[in-house]
Amino acid sequence: MVAKERFKAIFGNYLFILPALGMFLIFSVYPFFKVFQLSVFQWDGIMPTMKFVGLSHFKDILFRNPTWWQSVGNGAYITFLALTFQNCLAFVLALLVDRGIKGGKIYRVIFYLPPILSGIVVGLIWNWIYNGDYGLLNYALKALGLAGIQRAWLAEPKTALTSVAIIHMWRGFGWGFIIMLAGLQNIPRELYEAAKVDGANKWQMLRRITVPLMIPVFVLVSILTILGCMQIYALIVATTGGGPGYHTEVPVTRIISSMLGQSQFGYACAMGILFGLILLTASMIQLRISRRIKQE
Amino acid sequence: MKDSVLFYKIEKILGWIRDHFFLILVSLSCVFPLVWMLSSALKTQATVFSDMSLFPAHPQWGNFYLAWTKGGFGIYFFNSIFYTLTVVIGVVFIASLAAYAFARLEFPGKNIFFYLFLATLMIPLPGAFIALYVLLMKLHLVNTRLGYILIQINGGLALGIFLLKTFFERMPRDLEDAARIDGCGKFGIYWRVALPLAKPAIAVVVIFNALTVWNEYLLAMLLLSNKSLMPLQRGLMIFQGAHVTQYPLLMAGITITVIPIVLMYIVMQKYIIAGITAGAVTG
Amino acid sequence: MTKRAVCMFCVGAFLSCIIGFIGCTRKAEKATGITVWHWMTDRQDAFNQLAEIYEKEKDIKINFELYAPSGAYTQKVMAAAQTNTLPDIFGILGEKRIFASFIKAGHVADLTEEMDARDGKWRGIFFSKALDVNRFLSGNQFGVEPGIYGVPIDVTNIQVLYNKALFRRAGLDSNRPPSTWKEFIRAGEKLKAAGIPVLVSGWGEIWLIDCFASNYAFNIMGKEKVVATIRGDVPYTDPDWIRVFSIFKEISEKELLAQGVVTMVNKTAEQIFANERAAFAFNGSWCVNVYKGMNPALEYGAIPPPKISDKYPMAIWGGAGSSFMVNVKSEKRENAVEFLRWLTTKKQQVFLAKSTQNLPSNKYSLAEIPPILAEFADDMDRTTHPGILPVAEFPRVIESFNKGIQSIITGEKTPEQIAKEVQKVKDREIKSQRLER
Repeated sequence: MVAKERFKAIFGNYLFILPALGMFLIFSVYPFFKVFQLSVFQWDGIMPTMKFVGLSHFKDILFRNPTWWQSVGNGAYITFLALTFQNCLAFVLALLVDRGIKGGKIYRVIFYLPPILSGIVVGLIWNWIYNGDYGLLNYALKALGLAGIQRAWLAEPKTALTSVAIIHMWRGFGWGFIIMLAGLQNIPRELYEAAKVDGANKWQMLRRITVPLMIPVFVLVSILTILGCMQIYALIVATTGGGPGYHTEVPVTRIISSMLGQSQFGYACAMGILFGLILLTASMIQLRISRRIKQE
Repeated sequence: MKDSVLFYKIEKILGWIRDHFFLILVSLSCVFPLVWMLSSALKTQATVFSDMSLFPAHPQWGNFYLAWTKGGFGIYFFNSIFYTLTVVIGVVFIASLAAYAFARLEFPGKNIFFYLFLATLMIPLPGAFIALYVLLMKLHLVNTRLGYILIQINGGLALGIFLLKTFFERMPRDLEDAARIDGCGKFGIYWRVALPLAKPAIAVVVIFNALTVWNEYLLAMLLLSNKSLMPLQRGLMIFQGAHVTQYPLLMAGITITVIPIVLMYIVMQKYIIAGITAGAVTG
Repeated sequence: MTKRAVCMFCVGAFLSCIIGFIGCTRKAEKATGITVWHWMTDRQDAFNQLAEIYEKEKDIKINFELYAPSGAYTQKVMAAAQTNTLPDIFGILGEKRIFASFIKAGHVADLTEEMDARDGKWRGIFFSKALDVNRFLSGNQFGVEPGIYGVPIDVTNIQVLYNKALFRRAGLDSNRPPSTWKEFIRAGEKLKAAGIPVLVSGWGEIWLIDCFASNYAFNIMGKEKVVATIRGDVPYTDPDWIRVFSIFKEISEKELLAQGVVTMVNKTAEQIFANERAAFAFNGSWCVNVYKGMNPALEYGAIPPPKISDKYPMAIWGGAGSSFMVNVKSEKRENAVEFLRWLTTKKQQVFLAKSTQNLPSNKYSLAEIPPILAEFADDMDRTTHPGILPVAEFPRVIESFNKGIQSIITGEKTPEQIAKEVQKVKDREIKSQRLER
């Protein structure tokens, strides 16, 4: 009888994930399977026949495709900047607004505007800001007496990637901001009041209460930031097209160009799988670290 | 004594100025593109890049009317609202159920299932577009609203589950325990206790998904062919040709499409803040 | 309690609304008439007007269905090919290799017979270069049955444009644009001295670099040698190719490029030229329409790229702008062909040229088009296009070639280095192709 009860309970628990699982089985499994299948074939996306090539796509990407690794490096650089600067900015803004600062309501609305904005507008605006001959940034630098460092920011090997990363971060901090704001709401206010009674100052409260309780949210935001580097494709196309040379190529631009530009679907799928593995590893490391911190 | 009070006051004011200076600076960078977009919508194709003033001397208000009629926004608008509502409701319901199970309930294979969902977020599916089309063809869902909606619900699930799970796990357990003692079933606890408590997180899921669905067009292009089924973004395509882009009309069109999503955000962000008090009342 | 009832009612109403809504649209109405898929957003109005006229004349409905941007369109066509759901008429984007695959997979009708009927009456109306892109010759490297597989609806070519007003401001004769490379450099230096940025082009989109470079390759070494290079008989480290690469080094070192050209999107480049912020542009014939909208008063002319050598003629990149293919499996094949025949008659072509400012593919309609378009059109016979060469270069080689040129312009690498790098990629591709066979 007990076993039956237990079975019933577990079955009931499964019911909760059943709708999600059903959707997953119907709509995700087949495309997933297809991507894995294509990755061992040579296929141009049109012909009814494909040629089995085994793991040679993977071998080629891993050992004989330096531009792929350069693009991974570029993606990692942008993601690293986003993880640090973008998320710090998001956290500081969330803290300030959460403190019930005057005008907090207005700021709350404003900070989410960049993600809402159309990519077309973002591209147009930032191309104008960074332009070498009549750009806003160069104009401002000249006014500040820094005419020496004026340049076409998106066109020089040294500055192109960072310039793109800045647009990406500017566009992305709003996401982190609202998740962290929601996260701060879950911290019981009594904890702060108790700490105040104990004579803790703001800085101590931040370190002892806010940050430890926010760790799961930080992990969530970090993983979403890592995934965010998949969304950078449209931005690259609108600003640099991956150039100059390969300086602003990221994995997704490589995948799309080998799929649509060179019509090598199999190769592109293999790239996609490798890229997925990299993202998965990065996310797992995040989760591990947070678990260790939690245990301490 | 008097000095220290004064000092305290000055420090407070300085801090206030510092905070607001920073906040206003960031705000300006966020608002500027919006203002630029609006002012571009009021210019003509000839002045949009030559007249750099933010307040054009001869505002072309007619651009909004032109954009609306030329883009055929009427039916698209209705479609987009419908798609957004259904997808968001679907995602919130299905994802919150699963997320609650992953956060609070026990069953064999829990971790495997969770990581399976998480993995769908990670792999960019370059070949999947065509596979998806073939699949929907087999299910007779190509060129239907249902197919377009279901694919998007599925697309939003993984992120929704991950996000909501994080928030469910952070919630204090005592309220749920109290409800259990009161004789509430598992579903009852989820519905009456967990969901209301997770309002801020649900608001975030709603905001994210609504924005994604509202801006979606690649899937629509792939799956739909009837003009009467297309979402709003299709209307904007008219203004951005392979060669000619009609910038003022495009900006006017984007402005029109952005208004509902900003309104949605203004409404939803209140729940992010109001969540905790509402939860306390339920408890 | 009442609140709850209202709530339940709303939810119920909403659900039934959804179910009803989905249910009533499940059966997509089968389109009557002929369906045409295209990606040309800026021609949608003109197409619809033509469709209306055609329906009145012939009582056949034409549904022009627009899918954009081009990346989405490409995937839609590919997906439809996989499921055999292509429309009666469609366009194919991309290189000739892709076109060949569509033919080999059995999706595209061979129109040679229709073109040749009545002593080649239909074939005779087109610019020959426009047809070449749609033609496969016997013994082509793709293994496609020889024939004509598409109907060009417009042609295009890419030339150098110069701003007459800026020429005058720099003290140059606006009626004597440079015709040789030396003259171009001299004019550029004069413009630069007057504080005017010289050449602008969307070289962030690498195919425009490819056009510029291949023009000069034809001019420096002649068509035969270019073809030999693609075939693998001449290496990219050949002095003539180094000379092609060095052109970019020269204009970059002499600062004859507007700032940021290497990563510029062509639409930005067009803004810059239209707003008189650069004296020269390297752009295609579609720009006439773009400039007309942005700056109707812009005073400019179109010239072929200034030649660098007298040994071989200068080539101009161009050919068919866009073409329509007929679905071989369509039940309405006859009607579809008939419609395309109508679409390419003089009257319709003039209408399209006037309303969209594109060059017509029908050579007899040239007399009635605007003068600046005619300036482009008179060079149609000198055009060349990768699609009409007997061989095609590997996509990866093309990419490293163009990206390499970007690195030359930024000063990161020398022409010699790039030549070596490109040849390395070429060798690898040849090797792996041999392994395949």
